[in-house]
Amino acid sequence: MFNSHSIEVRKLTKKFGSFTAVNEISFDTEKGEIFGFLGANGAGKSTAIKMLCGLWTPTSGEAKVAGFDIYKENEKIKRRIGYMSQKFSLYQDLTARENIRFYAGIYGMPDTKIKEKTEVLLDRLKLSEFADVQINSLPLGWKQKLAFSVAVFHEPEIVFLDEPTGGVDPVTRRDFWEMIYDTAKLGTTIFVTTHYMDESEYCDRISIMVDGRIEALGSPIELKERYDSKTMDEVFVKLARPAAIK
Amino acid sequence: MKRFIAFVRKEFHHILRDWRTLIILFGMPIIQILLFGFAITNEIKDASIAILDQANDAHSKALINKILSTDYFKLEQYLSNQSQIEPVFRKGKVKEVIIFERDFSQKLDKEKISGIQLLADATDPNTATIILNYTQGIIAGYQADQNVLSRLPFNIQVQTEMFYNKELKGVYLFVPGLIAIILMLVSAMMTSISITKEKEFGTMEILLATPMRPGIIIIAKVIPYLLLSFINALIILTLGYFVFGVPVHGSITLLLFEMILFVLTVLSLGIFISTVTSSQQVALMASLMGLMLPTILLSGFIFPIENMPLLLQIISNIVPAKWFIIIIKNIMLKGTGLAIIWEETLIIFGFMIFFISLSVKNFKPRLA
Repeated sequence: MFNSHSIEVRKLTKKFGSFTAVNEISFDTEKGEIFGFLGANGAGKSTAIKMLCGLWTPTSGEAKVAGFDIYKENEKIKRRIGYMSQKFSLYQDLTARENIRFYAGIYGMPDTKIKEKTEVLLDRLKLSEFADVQINSLPLGWKQKLAFSVAVFHEPEIVFLDEPTGGVDPVTRRDFWEMIYDTAKLGTTIFVTTHYMDESEYCDRISIMVDGRIEALGSPIELKERYDSKTMDEVFVKLARPAAIK
Repeated sequence: MKRFIAFVRKEFHHILRDWRTLIILFGMPIIQILLFGFAITNEIKDASIAILDQANDAHSKALINKILSTDYFKLEQYLSNQSQIEPVFRKGKVKEVIIFERDFSQKLDKEKISGIQLLADATDPNTATIILNYTQGIIAGYQADQNVLSRLPFNIQVQTEMFYNKELKGVYLFVPGLIAIILMLVSAMMTSISITKEKEFGTMEILLATPMRPGIIIIAKVIPYLLLSFINALIILTLGYFVFGVPVHGSITLLLFEMILFVLTVLSLGIFISTVTSSQQVALMASLMGLMLPTILLSGFIFPIENMPLLLQIISNIVPAKWFIIIIKNIMLKGTGLAIIWEETLIIFGFMIFFISLSVKNFKPRLA
C-alpha cells in the first residue's frame, strides 16, 4: 500500500507545552496528487508540514513520507522531498544560477545534470537574461516561481509548499499554479498549504484544519455538496466560524 | 563531499559579494595595528615643563642643563615665584614643574643635603608617573656623577636592562593583543552573524529540510571564516614584523598551531552565540558586549591583570583571549616552547570543548 500512498499520517500530534498545535490528524495522499491544506492562521498547517519535513519531532502519532518513517528514517525522507517555506527561501545576494546550483549541489546532483537542467529551467521561466544578477533585484512573483522551481529541481517524490503564494499578484498566482500542475503531472505529490479559498479549488483534495484538527477532507466538489455551499469560501466559514466564536 | 563543497562555495559567494564587510574585515586590522603602533605609545617625548629656580647657582644650572638636554623634556618657561605654579598647570600645557630651593649649591656642598621639589599634572596619572620617574632618574644620575668626583665611602651603582623588549616598545604588547582581538572579532562575530542570518531569513529551515546534516551545515559555514581569520592573523604578524620589527623568536609552527587552536575556540564560541540568538542584531550585540569588551579590558591587552581588583582578576580567567595573549607573547617575544605554555594551551583547548558541547546541546532541540 506504500506504493500508492506518498504520505500516510495516523493520529499525528504536536504539543508545545499545554498548547496542542496539531491534534491527532490522519490522512493519506496519492502519488501525483495535489493535496491542499486549508486553515486560518495558527490552525496548525505549518506545524504539520514541519513535522512531515523532519524539522520537528511529533509528540505522538505515526507518519510515513515516501514510504519512510518520520521518526527513524528522517535522512531518507529528506533526500526525497522538496520544501518551500512561508518565508522567501532563496539567497538574495546570490544570482538565480547560483541559487539553483547551490540547492542542486547540496542534494548531490551531478554537475552535468545541474548545468543542463538549469538552462532548461531558466528558459522556461524566461529568466535567462537575468540569470546572473543578484535576485534581490527581481520582482517578488519571479522570485517565488524561481523558489518553487528550486524546490522541485532535484525531482523530489513529494514537495511541501507552505503558503507559497503569499503576497503574490493574481496573474503570477495563476502562473504559479500552472507550474504546480505541470509538476504534479510528472508524478510528484504536491502538499500545499494556503488560506486563499480560490486556490483551494485547484487542489485534487483538500483538508480543512481548525484548531489543530482536520475538520473536513475531500475533493472541492464533495466538500461543497456536504456543507451545502456554493463556494469553498462558504464551506470554510461554516467550519471555521464555531472555532472563531469560541 | 561534493555537497559540502557546494555549500562552502555558496558561503564564499556571500562573503565576497558583501564588499563593505570585506573592507572592514581586512581594513580594520591594518588600521588598528598602524594606529596602535604609531599613535598610541607610553613613551614620553618633549613633555613641557616649567622650572622655578630659586637658587640660580652652579649645581641648579648644571642639573637644569642635564634635564633639558634629553629628548624627554622641553622647557616651556622659567617661573619667578610660587604663585605662578597653579596658573601654569591650569593652562594645561605644562606637565611638570621643577622647583629648586634657595641656596641649592651651597647647602649641597656644605651640608651635603639639599632639596628639589617635583610637581606633576596628574590629570593623566600614567603620564605623570612616567614623567616623575624620568626626572628622578636624571637627578639620580647627576648625583651619581657628583659622588664619583667626591669619592664617598660607598656607592651602589645600579645597572638595569629590559629583557625581551629593550626599548620598551608598546607595539610589542599590542601586536599579540591585536591578533587575539581580531581573531575574536572575525571568528566569533562573523560566524554568529552569518548563522543567525540564515535563521532570520528562513533559509536555515530549508537547509534543515535537505539531506545536509546540521553538523555539516555548521562546519561548512564556519570554514570560510576560519580561512579569513587566519589570513588576517598573518597580515597582522607580517605588518608587526616588517613595519614595527616585532620579532617572532619562537617556533612559527607552534605559533600557527596556537592560532588555529584559538580560532577554533572562538569559532565554537560564535556558533554557541548563534544557537542562543535568533536575529543578526542580537548576535552582533552579544558578540560586541559579551566578547569584545571583556577581551579588550580583561585580557591584559591594555590593562595589566595583576593591577586589577581581585574579583576582576578571577573573572579574567574565563576570558579565553587572556590565555592566548600569554601564549603568543611567550612564543613571539621570549621564544618559549610548548614545554612552558602547555598549561595555557590546555586551558584554551578546554574552552573549545566546552563551547562545542554547549552548542551541540543547544542546537539539537531546535532541529527536533
